[in-house]
Amino acid sequence: MSAVNDFAFKIATANGTGSASANSLIMQAIFRMGVPVTGKNVFPSNIQGLPTWYEIRVSKDGYTGRTAQFDLIVALNAATYPKDVAEARAGGWLLHDSTWPLDESLRRPDVTYIGIPLAEMCNAMFKGVRERILMKNIAYAGALAALLGIDTDIVRALLKEKFGKKPALMDSNQKAVDIGYDYAKANFPCPLPIHLEALDQTKDSILIDGNTAAGLGCVFAGATVGAWYPITPSTSMMEAFKGFCQRFRVDPDTKKNRYAIIQAEDELASIGMVIGAGWAGARAFTPTSGPGISLMNEFIGLAYFAEVPAVLFDVQRTGPSTGMPTRTQQGDLMACAYASHGDTRHICLYPGDPREAFELAVKSFDYAERFQTPVFVLTDLDIGMNDWMVPKLEWDDAYRPDRGKVLSAAELETVQSFSRYLDVDGDGIPYRSLPGVHPKGAYFTRGSGHNKHAAYTEDDAEYTEVIDRIDRKIQGAARVLPAPIVRTAPGARIGLLTVGGCHSACIEALDVMAREGVAIDFMRVRAFPFHADVAKFIDAHDAVFVVEQNRDGQLRSLLTLETGALMSKLHSIRYYGGFPLSAHHVLKGLRAKLEKAA
Amino acid sequence: MTFIPKPKVFHPALPKNALGLTRRDYEGAITTLCAGCGHDSVTAAVVQAFWDLSIEPHKVAKLSGIGCSSKTPAYFLRDAHGFNGVHGRMPALATGANAANGDIAYIGISGDGDSLSIGLGQMSHAIRRNVNLLYLLENNGVYGLTKGQFSAAADKGSLSKKGEGNTMEPIDGVLLALTLGASFVARSFSGDKDQLVPLLKAGLTHRGFAFIDIISPCVTFNDHEGSTKSYAYTREKKVDIVYADFVPPTHAITADYASGAVRDVVMHDGSVVRLHKVAEDYDPTDRDAAYAYVRELQRRGEVATGLLYIAPTSQDMHEQNATVPMPLTTLPFEQLCPGNAELQKLQQRFR
Repeated sequence: MSAVNDFAFKIATANGTGSASANSLIMQAIFRMGVPVTGKNVFPSNIQGLPTWYEIRVSKDGYTGRTAQFDLIVALNAATYPKDVAEARAGGWLLHDSTWPLDESLRRPDVTYIGIPLAEMCNAMFKGVRERILMKNIAYAGALAALLGIDTDIVRALLKEKFGKKPALMDSNQKAVDIGYDYAKANFPCPLPIHLEALDQTKDSILIDGNTAAGLGCVFAGATVGAWYPITPSTSMMEAFKGFCQRFRVDPDTKKNRYAIIQAEDELASIGMVIGAGWAGARAFTPTSGPGISLMNEFIGLAYFAEVPAVLFDVQRTGPSTGMPTRTQQGDLMACAYASHGDTRHICLYPGDPREAFELAVKSFDYAERFQTPVFVLTDLDIGMNDWMVPKLEWDDAYRPDRGKVLSAAELETVQSFSRYLDVDGDGIPYRSLPGVHPKGAYFTRGSGHNKHAAYTEDDAEYTEVIDRIDRKIQGAARVLPAPIVRTAPGARIGLLTVGGCHSACIEALDVMAREGVAIDFMRVRAFPFHADVAKFIDAHDAVFVVEQNRDGQLRSLLTLETGALMSKLHSIRYYGGFPLSAHHVLKGLRAKLEKAA
Repeated sequence: MTFIPKPKVFHPALPKNALGLTRRDYEGAITTLCAGCGHDSVTAAVVQAFWDLSIEPHKVAKLSGIGCSSKTPAYFLRDAHGFNGVHGRMPALATGANAANGDIAYIGISGDGDSLSIGLGQMSHAIRRNVNLLYLLENNGVYGLTKGQFSAAADKGSLSKKGEGNTMEPIDGVLLALTLGASFVARSFSGDKDQLVPLLKAGLTHRGFAFIDIISPCVTFNDHEGSTKSYAYTREKKVDIVYADFVPPTHAITADYASGAVRDVVMHDGSVVRLHKVAEDYDPTDRDAAYAYVRELQRRGEVATGLLYIAPTSQDMHEQNATVPMPLTTLPFEQLCPGNAELQKLQQRFR
């Protein structure tokens, strides 16, 4: 049962009313109290007016997965009252705007109602329709501060940081916080049984979303060309990259940019630009989502076959087709692993949270250049757009980019002859030359059949030699790609295998199972082609649960195809309705399967 | 793209350019296109233009899409990097490569199918971005490699080899480029090397997107009676509006033409494109007038050729993006990576 520093609440508002500022104010204040916290923004594909929710989970144990149980609902959108009232747990609370009477049908006997006349108070205090609406949303933040025991000094400090340069705004925001706070204090027993007490568990952490972290990773990796077409939920990644470039990549003397961002006409063009830039020797990337990947397929095949480095970030959303653009899913695992027609297999990286999105963004460029191939970084809307609490990012100043086998002018000068696709070192990775460097480096890059000398061919042996070497090259990459994350439980005979943002929900579920006496080993894969340890993990267990967020069990299919594991040994647990995975989904799946087996 | 290596044979008497290179040094593999193909004449003109300008062959990147025209980069500049991409998508590759390294010359070769059907979007947006690229549209009005289907450039009423009439309006690359704000628009004919070579040189020197539509007859599928892209038709209907001459920066300009008929346009490197106006009332720096004139001739069933429009000033993609003057590929890592101290400072924002 929920208690101090361990509860969740959900705020229901309408899109475009300024509730985002109030929500992040609350989140940040809790974080600064040293209490682990995560926020999930559940928003519509809409600019203004449609319902939107913000879920905040406080967990002294540091669980960051979504919770399916809400102790408190802040119901401020009459359009969704019935749904919101139904979501409060039995014995929970519901905060509503008592300016208007609440319909009797919305009264639940097992829920405590907290009516605060937010609109009435704000109408009296503020002038102008816009300001009244915005301040009403800040006022609920004040009420929550009283009800949940949020440190008001921290709230004040945050407002000062945000509006320090605009005293009028600072003043009205503080007033709005105060009226909400004072009313709650005067009329309800504060704090509620679910409340906060300061801890010391967040000082080495940050609150960051994965798109921001990945964009930052691209800056640190030395990426200079970014091409993109705006698509939810990846858009904020390029905006982050641009913002960081404006801060870090402008020549201080000439004010000229050490980067180029090109907003393309579509995803066919954005990936083409990335491949063109990679071919010319730049570190280049494109952020996109599933529909973009679908469009890019032809070019991806070209980059694979012609061996051109490229980095693609797929911030996955719910498919197929347009699907639900503002809901999360892991639906592109298969589409990326084998993207494009013909025989292909691509390096894919699967960050589990924003910190890994930063780290693997950096690594993705190393792999793309080292293996001269497209590399996919697959996050999802949950990782990409929600604020996660993660350990602070660290950077090793000794890092230097792995540019792979690129011949310099001096090296080309001394080589007897240069064959672009010759396996000189026996590792499947040929040497590359860049345009404009040396006449001896000239060759013809083509997506048509070519032999090891880069000449056109329709000869079966010559073609096969090249395509087999590429396969060796990509399969060989598994040895250096990020190893899986493993957590073992003593005596466990069964395992749980998962990917990406499922991490936290799975760990939480396994902790519950452990308390119930069921030991389960954990593995989260971080790269494709799979590390050798993945097959060993499956072999070492009697049964393996595969947890993922798509309908068809795509990770399970990949494991079967690539490790030779039997489908019958891999038990699928899936959630794909569009919300972030919760431990509750995992537990339900585990229990159903384990009970059946027992 | 099939090819046969061309033996390097040198005659000591071959003329040399400023780099001491002969035209042979600018050639490529032997063509595998049909004998008499207009595209081979374009290739010869490209060789001539690069040689004339004394551009180091390896300081060029040649890109193309898919189709007969797109095979031709294999047939010139064997010492340059080539990129034969996917159908209709050469502009994106060229845009990305140019963003990474703008210090080399870019030539993109496309056809009417590659540019006006599958690649219409990419060509249009590369024009809007004013990517510094010489873009050749080798226009024969027909799909050759798939054996004779109409392209989007086929004129309404023109007949296919099998005798079928085209019922749809054509997309005209020149009119489109003018509409989209192209900074350099020309039309020429593969059979007129005297006109084409100076245009190519001017296009290579132009900083920005230089669009040249080159009517280049397909001897196999579109050179018959009833075709409006045949040698015979083009020779008869071609009207020279503006004849361009190219004067390198090192050469003094001498006024050997009557004033009024000659107009000099100084390029960013100091070279001069000298325009000889055949039609006296034609202003090649007036976009609207250029459009109207080309249309007017089309109504008469004639084809306006020459350097039809040149923007006196324009900003290429790098200037628009305010990128540093050196190629992004040459920036040292220290100038790209902010380092750990900055990272720690930045993270205050996330607390």
